[in-house]
Amino acid sequence: MFITTTRLVAVGLMLVACSSSASPHTTPQETTAQDTPSQQRPQRSGPLTGGTADHAKFEVLQQAFESGPEVTEACLSCHTETGEHFMRNVHWTWDYVDPDTGQQLGKRHLINNFCTNARGNEGMCAQCHAGYGWKDEDFDFTDETRIDCLVCHDGTGTYYKTPNNEGHSACSVMFEDMAPLDLGEIARNVALPSRENCGTCHFNGGGGDNVKHGDLSTALIDPPHDLDVHMDAAGLNFSCTACHITKQHVWAGSRYKVVSRDTEGTGQPGERRDVATCESCHGLSPHPIDSIRAFKLNDHVSSVACQTCHIPEFARGGVATITDWDWRTAGRTRDGEGYHEHGYTQGNGEHRYTYKSIKGDFVYDEDIVPEYAWFDGQMHYTTIDTKFDDSQQPIEINGFDGSREDADSRIWPFKRMRTWMPYDAGNATLVYTHLWGVDDAAYWGNYDMGRAIARGMADFGLDYSGEFGFVETLSWWPITHMVAPKEDALACRDCHAAEGRLAGLEGVYLPGRDHSRWLDIIGIIAVGATLLGILIHALIRLFSKGEQH
Amino acid sequence: MAMRKVLIFGRFERFWHWSQMALIVILMLTGFGLHGFHDLFDFEVAVTIHMYAASALLILWMFSVFWLFTTETWRHFLPTGHGLWQVLRFYSFGIFRGERHPYRKAFWRKHNPLQALAYLMLKVVLFPLIWVTGLLYIFYFLWRDIPHATGWLEAVAMIHTGAAFAILAFAFIHVYMLTTGHSFREHVTPMITGFDLVELTPEEEAYLEKDQPAMIR
Repeated sequence: MFITTTRLVAVGLMLVACSSSASPHTTPQETTAQDTPSQQRPQRSGPLTGGTADHAKFEVLQQAFESGPEVTEACLSCHTETGEHFMRNVHWTWDYVDPDTGQQLGKRHLINNFCTNARGNEGMCAQCHAGYGWKDEDFDFTDETRIDCLVCHDGTGTYYKTPNNEGHSACSVMFEDMAPLDLGEIARNVALPSRENCGTCHFNGGGGDNVKHGDLSTALIDPPHDLDVHMDAAGLNFSCTACHITKQHVWAGSRYKVVSRDTEGTGQPGERRDVATCESCHGLSPHPIDSIRAFKLNDHVSSVACQTCHIPEFARGGVATITDWDWRTAGRTRDGEGYHEHGYTQGNGEHRYTYKSIKGDFVYDEDIVPEYAWFDGQMHYTTIDTKFDDSQQPIEINGFDGSREDADSRIWPFKRMRTWMPYDAGNATLVYTHLWGVDDAAYWGNYDMGRAIARGMADFGLDYSGEFGFVETLSWWPITHMVAPKEDALACRDCHAAEGRLAGLEGVYLPGRDHSRWLDIIGIIAVGATLLGILIHALIRLFSKGEQH
Repeated sequence: MAMRKVLIFGRFERFWHWSQMALIVILMLTGFGLHGFHDLFDFEVAVTIHMYAASALLILWMFSVFWLFTTETWRHFLPTGHGLWQVLRFYSFGIFRGERHPYRKAFWRKHNPLQALAYLMLKVVLFPLIWVTGLLYIFYFLWRDIPHATGWLEAVAMIHTGAAFAILAFAFIHVYMLTTGHSFREHVTPMITGFDLVELTPEEEAYLEKDQPAMIR
């Protein structure tokens, strides 16, 4: 517990900046040293589980390191090819060009409808870059010693990062007085990444615990069986990499390139398929055929993603997610100072801020029934380069296609995020907003949106009309974590019903949901008329002469 | 000519009739539940029962078709216009005036012309419509990738539902008919005991008494 809490506090401080969601703050000293199941038992990392070397015995690691890059140099002295491999992955590049649409994606470029953009705010946002010191355009992406091995491989739970530049004083105060890192100790205790390691960033995307994804929260650090059957700390205890299988530091399972329908299943015997799909372990007929039900469920695999039935709700486990965000109300101050308002107590008892001067208003929700839609795996992003028609709101930050007729499409669950966010009202484009910085144009300091946008755009030579407004946007997050035990999976009636979960889904005839109104009317009239005819016939018989017997 | 109690519904035919009745009732209850008309069963339970009952009924029908042709009893269902008008007229008017039913059961013609026509239509139109569409429905996974599969599925579902409505109307009339003429009980008894009053020719009577004594009382 001690270790986990240390990390959580660090995470809370670092990622959430001036807006730590957990309150009141716990300090490491206040918690008891109590082992959690995941620390007692190593997490299952899939086929890569090692055990051929004890890093504590490595000579090169028997030293007190002064800096992260020094540790990295030591790592690379044995792992000679790893630097080159690592530099190809998105944790390093933050850069991805969609091979099908040609769109320039990657955290470095994209705009999201949470804290809007990392670009120009790297001093803060690049804490979650797996490298050291990215604070502006001068970062050297070819320098292997800038790779941060420890953020993923720290096995002590004591490693943390702080923003790469200090930001406005109102925020930077949060990062003072952190316990000094013992880099030598950490280096000698490296391990395969645990859920805590990945979760440092991935559980806290969007500025706080579970804010962004809805299905990735700190509740997954030590999840009970009913929250996630695979990560269940007392059960299978999968680490993230058990599914997000890794080859040369490139991970399977990407939101940029979603495998919406896996038609290969487990592959050939002994074959390793570098995908994170359910089918790659469970095969294409995942329900053992011992009943009509199982037989029918296996039919569903071709049109319904596993996640649709097996993740009945997301944001479970006591940690809420943000579903609505309104930047229009950001910037209010009291006596010239920014402030927060509590307004939501989530399932695990923690309070969440529903207003922050630096970000605006939020709506939280938990145990959310997803939105469902046909999805072919291809996202189309509204990027900084996209001109949109602002009379057609909401604007989809990442729209997607899919239909019953498309062979790659299946019905998927989604988190829908709705945000009113700043945009260039003159050019009808999204904008880079300069939120974090040491200068006086940074919004998190001056609360002047116009200046922050002008600066954010000017820094990258982008055209800004000078007139900003707020646009209603949606983003769509395919739900794939928090897989419930099979007893909690959806029942047939959840969809096969008039007002079921798929009430609005088009392109398919769904028994139990769909009727021909006319056929039903004609059928009922025909049967009714038959009964009426019988009744009349019987009455006439009753009141006429009587029958021959 | 003599009226005698003769075995006209053999053991298999009675088994066929009553198990078919039970299966159709089960299929109607579960089917209209799946359709959304009531919530007596959980969807999963209803689908399971519906599929098992349908499979049982298909097997029963296979046996019945075999039986009809090997025993030559299919002839009972041959349509005939002879006497049809009189039967229709009887049910429309004569029955109210206390007339006598115009049809007399014969040993080789146990159904009246209207009955024979109705059962024939049930056998060659409604039942095939419902089982062919039912099988198409069950095996949807095999043809789901043909163009416009969901449109075809909808058509299949409509025909299946439409046939179910028609069979339901048939069943109501069928049961009501048992109340005409003789008492309800006297109409049902032959399908239980197998014996009913039949007008026999002297030759038939002599044959049955000599060679099939168990078939005549």
